[in-house]
Amino acid sequence: MLRLVTALASGALFGLGLVVSHMVDPAKVLGFLDLAGDWDPSLALVMLGALVVTAPAYAFARRLRAPLCADGFASPTATRVDHRLAIGALMFGIGWGLVGYCPGPALASIGFGSDRTLLFVVAMLVGMAIFAVLNRDRAPSVLHHGTVRQP
Amino acid sequence: MANFTPVASLLGGLLIGLAAALLLLANGRIAGISGIVGNLPTARTNDIGWRLAFLAGLLAAPLLYAAVSGAPAVRFDASTPVIVAGGLLVGFGTRLGGGCTSGHGVCGMARLSPRSLAATGLFMAAGFATVFVTRHLVGS
Repeated sequence: MLRLVTALASGALFGLGLVVSHMVDPAKVLGFLDLAGDWDPSLALVMLGALVVTAPAYAFARRLRAPLCADGFASPTATRVDHRLAIGALMFGIGWGLVGYCPGPALASIGFGSDRTLLFVVAMLVGMAIFAVLNRDRAPSVLHHGTVRQP
Repeated sequence: MANFTPVASLLGGLLIGLAAALLLLANGRIAGISGIVGNLPTARTNDIGWRLAFLAGLLAAPLLYAAVSGAPAVRFDASTPVIVAGGLLVGFGTRLGGGCTSGHGVCGMARLSPRSLAATGLFMAAGFATVFVTRHLVGS
């Protein structure tokens, strides 16, 4: 039960951060991606602000046997930079640049965005579903164990 | 840089960092939105609840914020076909690449994962290139 509360709180903090930083506004994101235009570095500061907290948290997690409310840490098992990673990241970047939405902000703005926000989210979920159908035979890429893996 | 909002950006970033730190230290999970959503259909029964709880918070907090201080700006002028194409690319690409701005860009970078560093560099580069093409080559 406690881990549902912490997950809810984490999601709420995440959503609040996206609103406070204006990242729910695709025009703001496109302003960052438009290097040749009136460049807006805001998104870089959002990432920096997040990393200032997250990097020490990950360093601290390596010293823990287990998280506070669960049996173990779930860590990605893949370590190689392969063509799937590269092609996927490039596809994501193109879609991100076309609209200005990545998954978090799109979901966070469903409640007050327009029907166009909803259309984007539906298309995104369909894209995820197509991937899931094409890859249903692949093994899961996350391992559950006691400590966070060294990168 | 007329639109630069450094204080709001840093403050919002700190909140996102707190969210990722909480989910890691309390639940042992990575706050990667595309993974939390994308793995929902195949997740084991005891692995579904926290995903739904996280997503409930992610959707509810902005709504509460909007109720208190007015709806934040959501401006985008992409046409319907572009919205659909963008959504499909973001959905499929984040799953194939194993993460998005949150999973690779924040959580993966925080632990200096080589895969996340590469992915973040690539999706940023693709985003820069796409906006350059749509705004300065095709659009002008």
